[in-house]
Amino acid sequence: MARYSDNPAAIRDLFRGNEVHRDVYIDPEIYKLEMKHLFANAWVFVGHESQTPNKGDYFSTQVGDQPVIQVRHSDGEVHVLHNRCPHKGTKIVIDRAGNTGKFFRCPYHAWSFKTDGCLLAIPLKKGYENTGFDKSDSGKGMKAVGEVRNYRGFIFCRLAETGISFEEYFDGSLSSIDNMVDRSPAGRLEVAGPPLRYMHHCNWKMLVENQTDTCHPMVAHESSAGTAVKLWEELDMPEGTPLPPAMEIIAPFMSPYEFFENMGIRTWPNGHGHTGVHHSIHSNYSAIPGYMEKMVEAYGEEKAKAILGENRHNTVYFPNIMIKGPIQQLRVFIPLAADKTLVESYIYRLVDGPEQLTARTAMYNRMINAPTSIVGHDDLEMYERAQEGLQSDGMEWVNIQRLYQEDEDFSEEKVENGTTERQMRNQFDAWVKFMISDMDDVREAAE
Amino acid sequence: MSVSKDQLIDFIYEEVRMLDEGRYDEWLALWLKDGHYWMPLDYNQTDPLNVTSLMYEDLFMLKLRVERLNGARTFSQKPKSRCHHVIQRPFVDEIDEAAGTFVTKTFMHYVETRLDEQFLLALTARHELALVDGKLRIANKRVDILNCDAAFRNIQLLP
Repeated sequence: MARYSDNPAAIRDLFRGNEVHRDVYIDPEIYKLEMKHLFANAWVFVGHESQTPNKGDYFSTQVGDQPVIQVRHSDGEVHVLHNRCPHKGTKIVIDRAGNTGKFFRCPYHAWSFKTDGCLLAIPLKKGYENTGFDKSDSGKGMKAVGEVRNYRGFIFCRLAETGISFEEYFDGSLSSIDNMVDRSPAGRLEVAGPPLRYMHHCNWKMLVENQTDTCHPMVAHESSAGTAVKLWEELDMPEGTPLPPAMEIIAPFMSPYEFFENMGIRTWPNGHGHTGVHHSIHSNYSAIPGYMEKMVEAYGEEKAKAILGENRHNTVYFPNIMIKGPIQQLRVFIPLAADKTLVESYIYRLVDGPEQLTARTAMYNRMINAPTSIVGHDDLEMYERAQEGLQSDGMEWVNIQRLYQEDEDFSEEKVENGTTERQMRNQFDAWVKFMISDMDDVREAAE
Repeated sequence: MSVSKDQLIDFIYEEVRMLDEGRYDEWLALWLKDGHYWMPLDYNQTDPLNVTSLMYEDLFMLKLRVERLNGARTFSQKPKSRCHHVIQRPFVDEIDEAAGTFVTKTFMHYVETRLDEQFLLALTARHELALVDGKLRIANKRVDILNCDAAFRNIQLLP
């Protein structure tokens, strides 16, 4: 039974300021509408340009539920194409990455396409003469997404042909990407190896919300971070012994509530926001010898200090990625079904930066975000228990009320107490906006 | 003192039995203190440090992993997982009697279960062993998962 399709009023009713209805997490119809509306109208992360450094290099992924190819065209630009032959629908590439040379060639009937998607050749083409083929969509070649933007190496796309501009969509939130990239003395990042791939049987939004949930680490991760702190104390090292890198990473998870309250949360319009305005769990990593000198050489002392003085924790780019600037990590939460999400966790190296920083980032990634991670295990447990618990008819609403204020205005940038759930509310404000913006009566009213 | 091929092979069988029976204190005691348990993320990965691995853990991290399994607030282990290794007869690839170091390679199937879920991994384990004070110890262990690049759910015990 379709309750929400082309029913913006019903969609709006799912978010009432301090609560959200469980259907946003568990209803397959809502999932389908998210793919059709939200993921089509929003700007969604595709990949990093260093995954396709040379002409003909491609990388296949998903934007929402849409199979796409990120490819470096012969003019050096990165294009994003639907991964579907315009003939019979066959996926053009099936591996995750490779080089296709000067053109793509469908393995089924050998239709071929330039790396910008334009039709190049069809065998026995005379069979299409006088059939009107030239005027068909198939005759144009592989379809490109609506719009693509390469922002400092990060490739985003909007599937819809028209809609909000990249600048208006992200606005001030791009400062987090800037800070992550500026940490390279050359102002460039490169992907370091393949991503972790971790399958969760829960809704994608639970993972996104958890990125700015600062009241869970000391509870859910007591078994890992708390035990680590205990084991370290039992070693009874002489006072002043520097923490080993693994302890530098995991111990701050056990910081008290005050630490997280004081670290602050900033929200931007359109669902973006970050934790760690003033400090974060990444603030007290030990300095790498020689790095500051390189940064000062590249940027001058004042700017270098400003860049490294930022310690933003998690920045959420709505709808479905999180980045950690101080360690050059990006996690993408790919929605596969209402109750199925694939998490891919990438790390990047700082071009001209010290290798020890890449090693720290790789350590963070495997310790915290791997399917083998003793931290990740407890996160997954919480999400999946929630996915199952939400089946209960005892209550239908999920509470996101911490530090809620009436008539919150998400169109303004704001900094608040680091334990507020305002960023979760901000995400749902944007969720409603991009879910309904192209539903018929909303569109007509706007015209 | 020399070590026979059979003793090396028996050692590998004993080790997986300890893991399957949850005898982790005995298992940790097999390790030399600067050893690493490495589980690569990429097929034929050569660098454990500067790209992501599934695991690259020193003895402190392994001890933490084991200690956590028995914690009162280890939520993902309520109820506990169980595991089961089926191994082929290990190959003894290198014997250096003088140095007292040995390398074995073992192909195995690993099954882990919790609640209603169970999964199977095909593994290749490479052990670097050393004879110290008359006892065989693990200097390093590398475990390659056949489908290392697949999307996994929780892998909670030690393959």
